[in-house]
Amino acid sequence: MPFIAHTAQDVAAMLRVVGVPDIAALFDEIPPALRIEGLPGVPDGLPEWEVGALLTERTAGDRNPTCFLGAGAYQHHIPAAVWQLVSRGEFYSAYTPYQAEASQGTLQVLYEFQSMIAGLCALDVANASLYDGASALAEAVLMAVRANGQAGRRVLLPRALHPAYRATVRSIVARQGIELLEPGFDATTGRTVLDAVDWTGVAALAVPQPNFFGVLEDVDALTEAAHAAGALVIGVVNPLALAILKPPGQWGARGADIACGEGQPLGIPLAGGGPYLGFIACREGLVRQLPGRIAGRTLDLDGKDGFTLTLQAREQHIRRAKATSNICTNQGLLATAATLYMSLMGPAGLTTVARQSHAHLRDLRERLCALPGVTPAFSGPTFNETVLRLPGDLPRVLDGLLARDILGGLPVAEHYPELADGLLVCTTELTPPAACERYATALAELL
Amino acid sequence: MSQVPDTLRYTSTHEWLRPEADGSITVGITDHAQAQLGDLVYVELPAVGKALTAGDACAVVESVKAAADVYAPLTGTVLARNDALAGAPEHVNQDPYGEGWLLRVAGTLPSDTLDAAAYRALTESA
Repeated sequence: MPFIAHTAQDVAAMLRVVGVPDIAALFDEIPPALRIEGLPGVPDGLPEWEVGALLTERTAGDRNPTCFLGAGAYQHHIPAAVWQLVSRGEFYSAYTPYQAEASQGTLQVLYEFQSMIAGLCALDVANASLYDGASALAEAVLMAVRANGQAGRRVLLPRALHPAYRATVRSIVARQGIELLEPGFDATTGRTVLDAVDWTGVAALAVPQPNFFGVLEDVDALTEAAHAAGALVIGVVNPLALAILKPPGQWGARGADIACGEGQPLGIPLAGGGPYLGFIACREGLVRQLPGRIAGRTLDLDGKDGFTLTLQAREQHIRRAKATSNICTNQGLLATAATLYMSLMGPAGLTTVARQSHAHLRDLRERLCALPGVTPAFSGPTFNETVLRLPGDLPRVLDGLLARDILGGLPVAEHYPELADGLLVCTTELTPPAACERYATALAELL
Repeated sequence: MSQVPDTLRYTSTHEWLRPEADGSITVGITDHAQAQLGDLVYVELPAVGKALTAGDACAVVESVKAAADVYAPLTGTVLARNDALAGAPEHVNQDPYGEGWLLRVAGTLPSDTLDAAAYRALTESA
């Protein structure tokens, strides 16, 4: 469906029918004090060529450093075909497909996306996506509290879970009568510890895999502990890592109940912090508590395969105030990109990327820890990230690395004061041993 | 014309109640209610042992295009629930006063329930 803007005549005709002089009059009920006439630092419209010139000038100083920075957003290779296809008009302008009769292609893509995510997580059902990984976790927390209503309204978000995710969850759920508790981690292994947890009234435990330090949690033991206490388990996972890790649906004896995470590693570029792609999956018994859009596959009157939105009685346009969520759309374009990425890579391709990302981390850690004073912060197993302790002034070292075209990682002190000298480093298939060697050489000059 | 058996008691929110020989009370939704909702695809029932308060939402009936709360028609404790509805919610459509029952509750029949004539008058005036 094409996007056709209203002409001035269209607008004038509509305003006549409504009975107002101009569009601004439609906003009369907003008091002037609440209106913003302009945004600071953002000029009025410019001609296209001036915008082009301005952006060229602004980006002239940018370099393209080798990226060892992860912390929730990962630079992977994206086959050119992914965005070539995503940019087709049929995908690019598609919005939430209410009308099955006009949206079969979009609905099928969402159905394939759901099938792939459910497959990666080894769970029964996934939705058509959410905004990002952090808000997907907030939805998972709300979902778990609804589903486990008898058990209580306390939820465990381990400190080893991404700090931004914890902050987002707190923003969304803290005023809904849900108490968030943050179990700590073992200072040696970097793994979540539940020993001190009071399980009274705990509805769910979130299990990050890998956790923010890049450490792989003992997901079976954590899952068993939560289930034994009557709590649900929410896996917070890197979807790419699932190509080689045990999927949430197989954790412990019964599997995690819900899995969610950030879909950015699946074909979505690093672009100034977004847009990103949240995903969420669950076992079948929880499907009526799942938030957001779900595309389903069915047969039409002629017995042919067809796709349609389904289980809509969970949603706001039917359930109103009692809907499972205020999310009534999805990240359609990015879900399409992730679907194309997974299709083009296939299971073998995803496994190769995951294995290389992991192997490169071993290479990097070995090289960096050979330098005087550089040590691993934790002994736990890792996927493609780890925290290293560095001697010397960390900001100065990172500046020095950047001057050598190396984005060196993320200092974790801001969120973990006990790791004041900790640097979170990341590798992917794009940081092969040669790049790791450059990093080590540059760091040796700076220490 | 929907069925309104004379032997049952009713609420203005379209639940029915039937006192049983053992003193418990069976609860369901009326033929009128199921007809308004259309083909049910899911019924969510409270756990056995749950305490109900008259007038509070206690169950959800869901059709393809609507979901409605079922309000507890009395205060009491859930003794049994119709778990067969998990696999066959259509019982509520086909036999709302029989196989489509929802809950059996330990409690006292409230004095403010409607008899069949009053409920019939309510649905016919609507």
